[in-house]
Amino acid sequence: MEFYVNHPVLFFLAGVIILAVLGQSVYFLWKAMKRSKELGMDQNKLMKTIRTAAVFTIAPAVSIVISVITLAKSLGIPLPWLRLSVVGSLSYEAIAASNAVSAMGLELGKISELTAQQYVNITLVMTISIMVGIWLVPAISKKLLGGMSNLEAKDKKWADIFQNAMFIGMIAAFLGYVFCDFSMLWNPTEGVAPTTGLIPVCVMGVSAAIMVVLGLAMKKWKWLGDYALPISLVLGMASAIPITALLG
Amino acid sequence: MKKLSYIDSVHRDGTIWNLTMMVLMFLYPLTVALIFQAMPDWQALIMGLIATAPMYWAVGVIETITFVPMLGAGGSYLSFVTGNISNLKLPCAINALEQNEVSANSEEGEIISTVAIATSSIVTTVIIIVGVICIVPLTPILEAPVLEPAFAQMLPALFGGLGVAFVSKNWKIAVAPVILMLVLFIFIPALNAGTVGIMVPVSVLFTIGVSRILYKRGVL
Repeated sequence: MEFYVNHPVLFFLAGVIILAVLGQSVYFLWKAMKRSKELGMDQNKLMKTIRTAAVFTIAPAVSIVISVITLAKSLGIPLPWLRLSVVGSLSYEAIAASNAVSAMGLELGKISELTAQQYVNITLVMTISIMVGIWLVPAISKKLLGGMSNLEAKDKKWADIFQNAMFIGMIAAFLGYVFCDFSMLWNPTEGVAPTTGLIPVCVMGVSAAIMVVLGLAMKKWKWLGDYALPISLVLGMASAIPITALLG
Repeated sequence: MKKLSYIDSVHRDGTIWNLTMMVLMFLYPLTVALIFQAMPDWQALIMGLIATAPMYWAVGVIETITFVPMLGAGGSYLSFVTGNISNLKLPCAINALEQNEVSANSEEGEIISTVAIATSSIVTTVIIIVGVICIVPLTPILEAPVLEPAFAQMLPALFGGLGVAFVSKNWKIAVAPVILMLVLFIFIPALNAGTVGIMVPVSVLFTIGVSRILYKRGVL
């Protein structure tokens, strides 16, 4: 059989694995919903959680589709479809693919047609490199979460602060990341407007301001609370268009 | 036989699912190699792995240790299979916990975070499937230069909203790590989009340390 990167067999193989991923998500959703009924949890609240999560996911998921399109130019559609539905991300996969082909003395993006051997090498490098979390979670999560439960049993107040501190720590790292090009204001890069580094800061500011307004509006229209994060995300992203035109 | 608790059954089922997914993922390159009769170039494979795997493995271990306590059991098994944790699954779970005003450490919190992450995973997978089916008509729209800045600035737009919601309720915990991260990211050029993943555990550990001091002094 002659190989090419968009061969129907590759679509079939990727499709089977992606259906299994979908199966796992549906199974865990069903299991959690079943348990919530046993615990007598408010089902309306859970439905709200589902709606909010679904709406919130749309914009980031569309950006993943863009990553699939980007990678598809050099790797065909099935492999990026698979890799970005299971574990991967654009930067992760691009680096892995690039390292795999450069080890064969080639350059990704400059190969007119990948051979089956090159394709197998790329896929193996991607798969082996990224597999850690999938097997490490079963290996250590019970112990890690058991530690959290012990902490909760010993000192509930500290356990709650500990949990919040972890969330805040993660958010703080990303808030810092938003300012990573800020120094271009006094340390400009040739050919790039010094104000470029302000773009993410302004977008974050707009999104934060929208969240504050929604927070106030929620007092009157309670339902807004369910969609506050997706609304601030989408409007923040939309604001990036004029902000980039102005500062970029 | 003793009936398993909900959490224990999540760990059992999660282990089965994740190990099955691992086998399935390996079957992709192996099946391609068999069908198209193309053995890997072993030397290049080893070279490619040496250039890629150590960094990814180190990041994978750190991410697992950092994210599992935040994601809960069900959320962790799912998130480490479906990916996009810090930019999608974790914000989704944090928002759901916040919205429902439940502690992540409680069984209710475990359920809420699993429901949010599972829903997000399903929606993501379905949108990517639709995107792949409609890739020809969608490509010129999604790659339109006018939309490019919007998708390039997704993370600032996400963390702006999430930051306000979460930091305002926990400002005493947030002041020190936010200042530290701002100073580090502004003044160390090596810190950028590629290294933010490494800074997450640094920031988390620092925040826990500061919180512990504040808690011991009765500030929290």
